[in-house]
Amino acid sequence: MAQTGAIGDKIFRTILLLAAASILLIVVAIFYMMVQNSLPTLERFGIGFLTGSEWRPAQEEFGALPFIYGTLVSSLIALVLAVPISLGIAIFLVEQAPIKIARPIAFMVELLAAIPSVVYGLWGIFVLAPFIRNHLGVFLQDYLGWLPFFQGRLTGIGMLTAGIILALMITPIITAVVRDVLEAVPTTQREAALALGATKWETTTIVLGNAASGIAGAVVLGLGRAIGETMAVTMVIGNSPQISASLFEPANTIASLLAANFAEATDRIYLSALIEIGLVLFLVTFVVNALAKLLIMSVGGNSSSSKHV
Amino acid sequence: MLQKTIYRKFASVGLIVLFALGVGCSGQKIGQSSGTSSPGGAVRLQGSGASFPKPIYEKWVNEFGKINPGISIDYQATGSGAGQKALLAKTADFGASDDPMSDSDIKSAGSEILHIPTVLGAVVLTYNLEGVKEPLKLSSQTISDIYLGNIKKWNDAKLKADNPTLNLPDTDILPVYRADSSGTSAVFTDFLTKTVPEWKEKVGMNKQPSWITGVGVGAKGNDGVMGQVKQSPNSIGYVELTFAKANKLPSALVKNKAGDFVEASLESVSAAAAASVAAMPDDLRVQITDAEGAGVYPIASYTYILAYKDQPDANKGKAITDFLWWAIHDGEKFVKDLHYSPLPAEVVKRVEVKINSMTNNGTPLRQQ
Repeated sequence: MAQTGAIGDKIFRTILLLAAASILLIVVAIFYMMVQNSLPTLERFGIGFLTGSEWRPAQEEFGALPFIYGTLVSSLIALVLAVPISLGIAIFLVEQAPIKIARPIAFMVELLAAIPSVVYGLWGIFVLAPFIRNHLGVFLQDYLGWLPFFQGRLTGIGMLTAGIILALMITPIITAVVRDVLEAVPTTQREAALALGATKWETTTIVLGNAASGIAGAVVLGLGRAIGETMAVTMVIGNSPQISASLFEPANTIASLLAANFAEATDRIYLSALIEIGLVLFLVTFVVNALAKLLIMSVGGNSSSSKHV
Repeated sequence: MLQKTIYRKFASVGLIVLFALGVGCSGQKIGQSSGTSSPGGAVRLQGSGASFPKPIYEKWVNEFGKINPGISIDYQATGSGAGQKALLAKTADFGASDDPMSDSDIKSAGSEILHIPTVLGAVVLTYNLEGVKEPLKLSSQTISDIYLGNIKKWNDAKLKADNPTLNLPDTDILPVYRADSSGTSAVFTDFLTKTVPEWKEKVGMNKQPSWITGVGVGAKGNDGVMGQVKQSPNSIGYVELTFAKANKLPSALVKNKAGDFVEASLESVSAAAAASVAAMPDDLRVQITDAEGAGVYPIASYTYILAYKDQPDANKGKAITDFLWWAIHDGEKFVKDLHYSPLPAEVVKRVEVKINSMTNNGTPLRQQ
């Protein structure tokens, strides 16, 4: 009896192992292909590719820095805006809302996640950009204009608009995952906390502490989408490879550059440069995820120690 | 209990078999469907390239399909560069491009590629200026200054000098350009490179020029530029004439070589083509920006269909030649409504010769 079961388990395990190995294989294959195809620029520009700030395909000059900067800053804006809101929605849905309200809100969040990015982009051009140009941007310049982030001309197109669009796009993802994570925290913990006389707020902090690593995972997932978003960003960021302190200025991201130019790149060296910048995106994502994991580990350590107190 | 495990075992083995079968079957199916030539009967042509002539090509494909039900053509507006690439990689039966292929690309093909001009179009400067009713007048100098960042405001003295009757506002100009590689950019920068030394030195002619950092914003595609101009007050952008007309945005009058400010129209673009017929080389590759003569619109261009002179597939080759022949004759009557200009009569004659020269393994495809 045990033997027949063992054979079934063995087969099952092999299938699972193959599935897991396929991911590794895909990553290695993509990495290999990208390195192989970007050899012309890798050899020609070396490290200068990362530090150069001029991107002029016509002159065969390729510096990826403005795109790396644009990718990181737009994603950072998105996270700063989306994480608190997503946490708020998820906590409300799980901890506070009566089921009659929670259901429709959860449904709407999932609906948002299903909207294609080109629709977000169109909405960005025709609704968000004019709103920023006429209202939000003016407000920011009036009250926070002394900060370098909010100086300069106001066109409605630029880094801030892209960041806000990205925030909207990643909010449903982060919310949905955080909600599942919070729901997975045993009810007994909440009951125990409440029984000891903790307030709702204190109970929630305990639940959040226990869910910290799951929440961080949700944030990393959202960040992944923000870093890799193409179409919506292309439509609102202004596609200008420059590094400017002002968030109102046009910028560009790696994913957006690839979306706009990959199909049209005929020249060998240009194609190589685009693939190499794709490789850079690969590495940027890797580093950012690794940093996020480190952050989780340190935060997770703190919360578990505070639990004991 | 024993039964249960046996079931489980069978279930898992069955699952694997099913999985393997599924993979095998789907693999086979993919292999079968990717056969290239359809034996007799219906012919499917795959075209890919410029977005500039997309509206007219779609019209042509539709009308041609009505009278030739056996031929179906699928045209994808992937961009001029992608069209050239697709033809070279032989992933498309014909390519389309606004600017002619480079000599080195033509050489790399290994087999002769023909440039078949189909229609003419104009690149116009469209703008979003509230309260300005009459058309704006621009010269190559002022256009260049706007895109180089030398002219920053609408009420700049240089713009006022050309537009004394207009009430130009004291606002910043937002120039919008193509962020992707584009035939439209090539035509636009070709005109400025020919006429403004400062432009030639700083930017030059290119499908994807290096724009001056800090001046303006980029958008993807004619649609993208259009959308950006439409929603941004005080902006200016360059697009193919059809797109400006379809979106009901104004287009500027541009100063030509003769010194007149001319509107982009069927007549003014045809005039530009007529002025450069004599200069058209044997392979029909030509730029017609900044043409000589009165009434000429200076930012005009041919757009081309690219095809191999010797077609590898007889059925497809016949379909391509029939389509091209129909397009430059019967097809030209649809051109006007979409704001393109038909080929001059002399050019049609020369294109006929090119189409008649197309072969399949050395056998002419058209009976003459």
